[in-house]
Amino acid sequence: MREIAQMFPQVVVDGLTLGFVYALVALGYTMIYGVLEFINFAHSEVFMFGAFAGTEVLLALKASGLMATFTPVGSLFVSLLAGTVLTGLLGVVMEKIAYRPLRSAPRLVPLISAIGVSFFLQDAVRLVEGLWHNAFYVSAPTLFAGGWSPSPTVRIPTKSMILILVCLGIMLGLSLFVGRTKLGKALRAVAQDQATSSLMGINVDRIISLTFLIGAGLGGAAGTLFSLQYTLIHPYVGFILGIKAFTAAVFGGIGSIPGAMVGGVLLGVFEAFASAFLGPLTHGAFGAEYKDVFAFIILILVLIFKPSGLLGQSATEKA
Amino acid sequence: MAVLELENVHAYYGMIHALKGVSLAVGEGEIVTLIGSNGAGKSTTLKAISGLVRPRDGRISLEGRPIGGLKAHEIAEKRVAHCPEGRKIFPRLSVRENLEMGAFVCRSTAEVKQSLEKVTELFPRLRERLGQKGGTLSGGEQQMLAIARALMMQPRILLLDEPSMGLAPVLVEQIFQIIQNLNRAGTTILLVEQNALQALQVAHRGYVIQTGNIVLADKAAHLRQNEMVRRVYLGES
Ligand SMILES: Nc1ncnc2c1ncn2[C@@H]1O[C@H](COP(=O)(O)OP(=O)(O)O)[C@@H](O)[C@H]1O
Ligand SMILES: [Mg+2]
Repeated sequence: MREIAQMFPQVVVDGLTLGFVYALVALGYTMIYGVLEFINFAHSEVFMFGAFAGTEVLLALKASGLMATFTPVGSLFVSLLAGTVLTGLLGVVMEKIAYRPLRSAPRLVPLISAIGVSFFLQDAVRLVEGLWHNAFYVSAPTLFAGGWSPSPTVRIPTKSMILILVCLGIMLGLSLFVGRTKLGKALRAVAQDQATSSLMGINVDRIISLTFLIGAGLGGAAGTLFSLQYTLIHPYVGFILGIKAFTAAVFGGIGSIPGAMVGGVLLGVFEAFASAFLGPLTHGAFGAEYKDVFAFIILILVLIFKPSGLLGQSATEKA
Repeated sequence: MAVLELENVHAYYGMIHALKGVSLAVGEGEIVTLIGSNGAGKSTTLKAISGLVRPRDGRISLEGRPIGGLKAHEIAEKRVAHCPEGRKIFPRLSVRENLEMGAFVCRSTAEVKQSLEKVTELFPRLRERLGQKGGTLSGGEQQMLAIARALMMQPRILLLDEPSMGLAPVLVEQIFQIIQNLNRAGTTILLVEQNALQALQVAHRGYVIQTGNIVLADKAAHLRQNEMVRRVYLGES
């Protein structure tokens, strides 16, 4: 028990760090679902693309010696911006090519298309990285070493603090955009009723493109932050993480922006707890490898008692 | 010149031929009503005008300029306001946000503010509920919101699809009173109704549509006297 109490703060720190990454990725799933009622299963590869885009820009900064002039904060800003914008644009192109032509097709068809996009992105990134570096595993350079230890048993790495701060900033910006601006309101209107929105003079196709720009851009930001945090990335890095972030979006209530934020952070914390404490609590019967099972059990429990997720609207409310 | 003119407009849903050569005109300052029974093609006519349904043949013009074939949002840019059947307010936007969306085509915030002032003066009940979600309003309030939202763009012409549908008799009276007041204040209106009696009382002229064809066109007062209209649409024997 004492052991658990000692580990507790550190587990919270690690869980929050991972949870904010989940939350940022979950936002992409939930925004696109909110507008199109479509799960973009390629979003995990969008995240992976963002990790490579941000990291490659950082590597280029390092190779050209610009990283020294930019300082770590400047380098973070440049790579994050590049990762976000490039990935956002990828999202727009993806929607135009793979989803828009299928908009009136049966619901399963764009889902299959999304799986195709996933494979395409995995292989495309693998091919390009393989030709470029002769390897498709890439390590991101360290921007922020060091950390802060408020007590002997806790260490908060600087990069974790920065990741959480950046995520909070992005979430605040997104909330203000969706809640307060004219385009954000139009986005919510389109999510509720496309035909009526078009009668208001809203160009629905433009709003859908914007949703993909933002949703994929958030995935790209998450990817860049992820690779700075956990260093090693590869073309398959999005797969499990994407499933978890999707889980987090469902857990929080798919379609709900605050839901994705809360769901992501909670899932990260649960997972960290399970990973650290399942072993000691069960005297070794279940080890850390059961953390994912544990996370999904919690998800299933929530969905049994509240099928629309923590902050989601029930189907009747939506109508 | 008519504000709105349809000439020989045809529209389809897949194989269903919903409009079979509809022609009608709405002049400046008029209330024109389009009456007909369920499934006659009234809503489709409005959808063809506002671009929700693409007309396959014929001409639709706004102040002499063709608008047929434009996208719905482009037609809204030309200040054609379509208040759809079943109100279709945005339930999870606040009343204020619903109204702001109605003014989406307005570029200046001052203009939006002015419109908001004006419509909340017309509909004081909405002013009290600006912060409330649209979905929490009563049926009558939602219809007022739908009309108010359509007015926010300061429309060249207002298309109303069965505004009295599903409302209690007192509210029906009130809605028709509002329509008449709007018109007196200068709004040109094309009013689709199944409630032919009330519609013919507020309208200047009317058209009767049956299975996608205009079968009668006359002054509202004459239509009220018409034998067939009285029998079929006014429920008289
Ligand atoms: N979305 C649709 N798909 C297929 N048929 C439709 C659709 N909407 C209307 N129709 C058909 O078109 C005809 C005209 O419908 P509508 O214009 O809605 O009639 P009204 O508004 O006069 O009641 C009807 O036969 C109706 O069944
Ligand atoms: Mg109708």
